[in-house]
Formats: sequence, structure tokens, C-alpha cells
Amino acid sequence: MTDTAMSGPASFADAGRTRDPGAAPLTTADGLPLKAALRRSQRRLRLQAVLLVLPLLLFIFVTFAIPIAMMMSRSVQNPEVSEFLPETAAVIDDWDGEGLPGEEVYAAMARDLATGQENNTVGRVTARINREIPGARGFMLGTAREAATLQPPYKEAMLAANKGWGNERYWRLLKRETRSITPAYYLLALDYEYDSNGAIVKRPENYQVYQPLFLRTAWMSLVITGLTILLGYPVAYLLASLPLRTSNLLMILVLLPFWTSLLVRTSAWIVLLQQQGVINDLLVFSGLLGDGSRLRMIYNQTGTIVAMTHVLLPFMILPLYSVMKTISPSYMRAARSLGASNFRAFVTVYLPMTIPGIAAGTLLVFILAVGYYITPALVGGDSGIFISNLIAENMRGTGAQVRLAAALSTLLLVGVLLFYWLFNKIVGVDRLKFG
Amino acid sequence: MIASPNGHQNGNVGAGDASYVRFENVQKSYDGESLVVKDLNLDIPRGEFLTMLGPSGSGKTTCLMMLAGFEPATHGEIFLNGHPINNLPPHKRGIGMVFQNYALFPHMTVAENLAYPLKVRGMSKAEIETRVKRALDMVELPRMAGRRPAQLSGGQQQRVAVARAVVFEPDLVLMDEPLGALDKQLREQMQYEVKHIQERLGVTVVYVTHDQTEALTMSDRVAVFNDGRIQQLSSPQALYEAPTSSFVAKFIGENNVLSGRIASIEGDTCRVELDGGGTVGAVPIAVQGIGSRTSLSIRPERVVLDPGPDVPNGLDGVILELIYLGDHIRVRMDVAGNDEFIVKIPNGAEMRPLERGARVRLGWRTRDCRALDPVG
Repeated sequence: MTDTAMSGPASFADAGRTRDPGAAPLTTADGLPLKAALRRSQRRLRLQAVLLVLPLLLFIFVTFAIPIAMMMSRSVQNPEVSEFLPETAAVIDDWDGEGLPGEEVYAAMARDLATGQENNTVGRVTARINREIPGARGFMLGTAREAATLQPPYKEAMLAANKGWGNERYWRLLKRETRSITPAYYLLALDYEYDSNGAIVKRPENYQVYQPLFLRTAWMSLVITGLTILLGYPVAYLLASLPLRTSNLLMILVLLPFWTSLLVRTSAWIVLLQQQGVINDLLVFSGLLGDGSRLRMIYNQTGTIVAMTHVLLPFMILPLYSVMKTISPSYMRAARSLGASNFRAFVTVYLPMTIPGIAAGTLLVFILAVGYYITPALVGGDSGIFISNLIAENMRGTGAQVRLAAALSTLLLVGVLLFYWLFNKIVGVDRLKFG
Repeated sequence: MIASPNGHQNGNVGAGDASYVRFENVQKSYDGESLVVKDLNLDIPRGEFLTMLGPSGSGKTTCLMMLAGFEPATHGEIFLNGHPINNLPPHKRGIGMVFQNYALFPHMTVAENLAYPLKVRGMSKAEIETRVKRALDMVELPRMAGRRPAQLSGGQQQRVAVARAVVFEPDLVLMDEPLGALDKQLREQMQYEVKHIQERLGVTVVYVTHDQTEALTMSDRVAVFNDGRIQQLSSPQALYEAPTSSFVAKFIGENNVLSGRIASIEGDTCRVELDGGGTVGAVPIAVQGIGSRTSLSIRPERVVLDPGPDVPNGLDGVILELIYLGDHIRVRMDVAGNDEFIVKIPNGAEMRPLERGARVRLGWRTRDCRALDPVG
């Protein structure tokens, strides 16, 4: 459509040129170049189009693009050392990192501590460093209190005041952390860290939280996506083949999860799935299960998968339905008249024709699932939470935790974009049909 | 044996040739309250091109769907080559079918579409290749094998659909208004092509359409459907020349209707008193007897203006409208109370000038006027 619209005027121009090679470009009756006249006549239309979408563009820019950019910039920020120890930061760059730094670094530190004590900002930087070198907070605050009375040479005075000032690791850390941009939060988000020598190493096994959680989030989202396909496909087929009146009624049932309050829905799942709940009671009552071996189906992965499959099912059914609606029954009939059994006709003809719907549904459900927060938080327990739950938890914490949360969110965003890119490569997004 | 595309070679010819396809007391209802097909009995001999013609809702497509196996018959039995097929699923009937919207699989190329029925039958790759090539040559699209259906024009898609329906050499091919989506010129061309393919392959074709021209030009026999019944089953010529009911006379071609009452019957002619005055002779076809009401049917091209003494039926008419159509002139007249009376006058050398409002004498031969069941 666009192709022909674009090539139309161009080919006319070409035709004009071939008819009279070397002649001037076509002009309107009053001698204006045709292209200029065309542009002028369409300028107003283009302006109108831009004006129409301008409010939305502004809205998206303010409420979407800017916050995301801010979040991403926050994930690499490392302001403490450079902001609250400015003089030290300025001179420590010249230190080669071997042994202890020289007098001028100690002197700068003494001045910074005095200023920090005066402005009450010393606590922030000590907290930041204490996380990496436990105990640093103590001697820094101690020296800060006496900073005003310290006499040169500062190096000796400070070493005398506390032997923590002789810790080489401490100074190397400081040198590293003067940079105002750091990948530390990304490393942490992937369960890596700087060791005492500043090399990037894997965190100890029992501290590895985020990487397994990322993997679990992706894995469970895939399971949920698969389940929505399995459950949604027959429903969508039924919807598409029923007469409109009946299918409208069924469609309302499909959309019901959207219209039910989240809490009502969740408490329904709890009533149904808990160990003293309806399903367990029925299983015990029917003798399939001993009273002692009631199943745990909520506050774990099962709970998350069941509840999220239910919530996300419409996002699979709707694109599938809209694709199936357009597939005339004559295709299946044609396949059958050509000799294919029902099953073969379905696999070779119907299924391939619904792939745009499956793909669109998969994209929607998977991306929604990966970022899901509320349902895993309510029914996920410990083993069924997603990465977004940890992001939310970190969001409520200190400055460093917020930056970690920002790093985690950015990684999640990159993951989703990667998935989208991969998906586009394999399926082709222009083939999708969302509804 | 029915599943085999070449069932007739297996020796069961006796049952097959006179009535290769047989509908026996077939009835069909979708809702349990009304019958869409009312007591259908039909025999189709091998090699015949039979058209089911009728207005929409007349039951013709339902009959086709029952024959293909997509709709079960509510009552009665359908036979194919002498065997009942009511309980045979569509894919085992070995019937080729061309659908209204072609139903070419959009995710396959033309060659893959044609190969589909062959692959399903487990043919070897080489065999499939030669057959697909032959089929493409037959419909004159040898270079389109690699294209997708969406890249073809309507006429090309139509040909591929026909090729796919015959590529596995079925003995019976069903066509459900296959030319309905084409423009007029292409439709006429395709009519001949489909007919030629049918003649060359010798297959039996059951063709459904609501277009009477299509039915007349292609068919060996035409079954005119209305209201769930076959109104008339005969050759195109008989259908046009000798309709047996007012519905068929009106549905096939142009037709002038004059209402009246039977005054007398003598042998194979009768006299009819027209409501608008005058008495004319006619051939009694579907009349109840003397005194009963009837509708006369006269084809516009059988009416003569200024009839000579040898034409026994004369009436006076007033010319209301003249339409010049090149090879002939259509004259709309008021004749015996019917102001939609059409006369076609060939544009011959001896034609005399006509004027609107002029009063002319017109007439027809008795055998061209058929007394049928009364309308309205």
C-alpha cells in the first residue's frame, strides 16, 4: 500500500523524464516546479497530522521516556565519594595504588572529613564504604569528630588515631569509587562484585540471588506462556466457530478476569488452592489423597503459575481469536476434500495459518509475565516470586538499594527488548496480529 | 474402493455409469424446524457436467456440501459409484472440490498447494513433481509454481484452485460458485476453460451457481432449485425453450408473462382468455383444466411485430420505451395490461422505424407460448 503510494509520483516523474531527456523538471501551469507545489499543497495536511499526535507524544515523553531515562542513569550513579570527599577524590587519582598513599591524600581526607562533619554529610559516605569494608564507618566517623583538631603531618596523625587508616584495601576502594559512574550495581544485579583487589568476581554462592531469580522469572514466564497457549487455543477456536450471540457470551467469560478485582480474584485462588482449601478437600474426600499428604498449591511456584495463567489467558485468547475469526472454514474443508484427515488438515493447514495469532499472544503474555509483580507477591510465597518483587523491595530501601533496583529494572528492560528482537528475527513482528 | 481416485477401474462399472452419483430421498434440516432440502432424488451419470442452479437459499449449496461430506444428510442416502457414502468422512470420498473463495492455502506456494493432495496420498517426490508440473501446464501457469496465492491475480488463483481439485485425478469434482469473484469478462473466459478441462479429463462435475448464463453455457444438464426442491432437470436448451413452471421460465432468461384463464383445450393446444382482453393460443404445460387460471410465458425474441397472416395470435400493444442495443432493439410495450412486455427486434435490413407511443400489432406462434402455473 505505502509502496505504491510512494512509487506513484516518482514513476510519473520518471516517465516524464524518459519522454524528453535532458528537459527541465515538470512544472505546474504557472511555472512552479511540480515537486515544490506538491510539497506546499501537502504541508498543511502534515502539520495537522503532527498536531493531532502531539499531545500524546508529549504525554509519553514526560511520563514514560523521561522516567526510564532517569532510572537508567540512576543505575550507574556513584555520587558518595566524589561528592562528599571532593578533595580526596581530586588527589587520589595521582596515587599509583601501591602501598599507602602519600601525605597530600591524607591531608585532603582530613579536610574533607572536617567539612563533612560540619555539614553533617559524612555519614552518607561512611555508610557507602562500610558496605564494602566493614568497620570503615567506625574509624572514619571517629576521625571526623576530631578532624578540626588534627595537625599535620596528617598521615602520621591519622594512622596514630586509628590503624584502620593504614588499610591498603580501604584506599584502593576509595580510588575506585571516586569515579562518579560505576558498573557496581549491574555487577551486583548479576551476582558479581569487586574483590578486595578490584577484580570482578562471582559472589559467594549463598549470596547469589538475582541471577537465579532472573532465570526463574524467565522460566516461569515461559511455562505460563505455554499454558496460556494450551488452554487458550481451543477456547479461541470455539469462540471463532460459534455463532456471534453465543461467542459474545463466552467472550465475556473470557474477559471476566479483567473485570474482577485483583484481591477478590486472589482470595478466590487462596480459598481454592490452600492446604485446607476446596481442591485439597475434594481430593481427600474422594480418597485420591491421604489427609496427611495434602498438596501445597499456593504460596509457591504452583500458586504463581496457576494464578498468572488465569490472569494472562485473555491476552492469548484475544489475538488468537482475531486471527481465527478471519480463517474461512473452507480452508479446512479444502484440506479434507483433498484427502487429509481431520488431524492432518489441522496440523498442516489450520495451525500454520494461526501462527501470527500464537506469536502475538506469546509476545504479549511473555512480556507481561516477565514484569509481573502483584500476583507473585500475593500468592508466590518465597519460591514463586519474580524479579520484579525484589526490584520493588529494593525500591523502598536506601539510595544504594534504589540504584540496585534501577540496575535490575534496566536489565529486565534489556532482557525484554532482547526477547523482542529475537522474536522479530524468528517470527517477524510485522506478521503479528494483535486483534 | 470409493476412496481410490480411480474407483471405476476396479470393475464396478455397472452400478456406476447410469447413476454415478445418486441422491435418494435426501432431506436436510439445520434447525429441526424447516427443511432446506426437501426430498431430493437425483441421478448423475459418469462424465456429466451437472449444474445446480437456483437463487440463494434454494438448497443447492447444501446439496453440494452433503455430497462432499461436510454436512450430514438428515434423511435419505447418497450413493457414489453404487456405494452409500453417508458415513464416509470427506477425506475418504476422493472428491475434488473448488471453493467459492478458492481456499488456496496462503502459507504454501502454488506448487505446494498442488502437491498437498498427492503428499497426503503418500506419493513419491518424483511422481508428485511430474503431476504438479502437468497440472500447472494444463491450466497454463507453468511459471507460477513458486508464487504464493496472494501474489496471483483472481483468474490465476481460480486456475490453481481448479488444478488442485483435479491433480489427484478424482472422478468427481464439485464446484461451489467458483467464478463468483471474477469480473464479467474473466468469468466468461473461465467458463470455457473449466468446461474444456472437464471434457479433456472426462470427470464428472457437479457445479453450483446462481448465474444462469454460467449454467446454460457449461452444463450437460441443469437442475433448477427453488425452495429446497428441483423444479426442473433438463438440458440447457430444454430449460430455456421448454420451461415446465413459471418459476423456471422467469428464472432462466427473459420472459414475458400474461395472466389469463383457460377457455378450451384441444389436443396439444389451448385457448386462453387474457385478463387484459383478447384470446390467444398456447401450449398447455402446467394447467389444471378448463376454467383454471394460468400464466402464459413468451420469450421476447419470439414475439413478432406486424405479424403476417400465418401467425395466429395477434394483440395490440403500445410502445412505451425503445432501447437501442446495437445488434437489436429492446422495445418495452403495454400489452394486455402488462406494461413490462419486452420485445426484442433484431437490427435487420428490413426493420421499419419505431416510435414511442405508437400502436402496433404483435403476435407469436402458438408453440412459442406456454401456459404454465399461475403466478401470484
